[in-house]
Amino acid sequence: MNEIFHDYVFDFYRKMKINQINLIYEGEVTHQITKAFTALTEENMAKDAEPNALQMKVFHIIVESLQNISKHAQNLKGVKDDLKGIGTFLVAKSLTDYFIIAGNIVHSDDLGIMKDLLQKINKLDKKGLKLLHKEQMKQGKISERGGAGLGLIDIARKSGNPLSYEFKQIGDDAYFFILTTQITRTKNK
Amino acid sequence: MNSIKIESQEDTPKIVFDPENNIFEISGRSLPEDASLFYEPIIEWLKEYAENPNENTDLHIKMNYFNTASSKLLLDILMIMEDMVEAGNNCIIKWFYDEDDEDMEEAGEEYSELIDVPFELVTY
Repeated sequence: MNEIFHDYVFDFYRKMKINQINLIYEGEVTHQITKAFTALTEENMAKDAEPNALQMKVFHIIVESLQNISKHAQNLKGVKDDLKGIGTFLVAKSLTDYFIIAGNIVHSDDLGIMKDLLQKINKLDKKGLKLLHKEQMKQGKISERGGAGLGLIDIARKSGNPLSYEFKQIGDDAYFFILTTQITRTKNK
Repeated sequence: MNSIKIESQEDTPKIVFDPENNIFEISGRSLPEDASLFYEPIIEWLKEYAENPNENTDLHIKMNYFNTASSKLLLDILMIMEDMVEAGNNCIIKWFYDEDDEDMEEAGEEYSELIDVPFELVTY
């Protein structure tokens, strides 16, 4: 019976509304997807007459979050290599904040480095983040994956809030990494 | 030397490096799929130009958005300008930003701290 799908869709719809989710995606994050989602969010924010500065912050964090997935998402070990760049992406909006949520698989080999960086970022204040950004600009090089090692630092700087994240184990050597960036709307009003 | 003229796209900036008319400009938005692929030819061109540049080189940068990968390559471009200055050439970087765009103003200030080239911040 197809009712199982109908129940699923109805349940999904209600949960989206309750959690104020504007956009949800699961799959490969290609450049086309990045362009489509940023364009869509830009349109919606313009309709809501959000201040320019806020629009730019949200735009920037969406780009960096999606490019993090497309450049860094791994697959479960033993799965074909061409399945990289897959992730889950959400944009939610409350009366006071935007939430940009990105989830993707990371291998346990990378867990230590990621946790260190995230903890380091969350300990720094505005000035400390500026310095870290400057250091990474000076010393960093564009990696094989095409990143500058600046994404998370920049997300933290632009959002002005600590990064909230979690690693959920999904296999012997893989974790599902979830990063939620909160951008406050009310500051500018 | 040939000039570079690239029209802006939704994810890449407009680039004009035109020594004959002495126009050097990067403007628009930059979030290419592969930032190195986009900027590499521009950086190579600028390195060649730097060997025998015009008497004055004013680079106008008027971005409304760039991602972090682009920000790093933009620094690479500015560092070639720094080499030109060190070699005794006259260069100025003019960083244009929307007066309401604090993040872009701050980005300009940070570049000016990272490189040793006369740097002007200009609102529009």
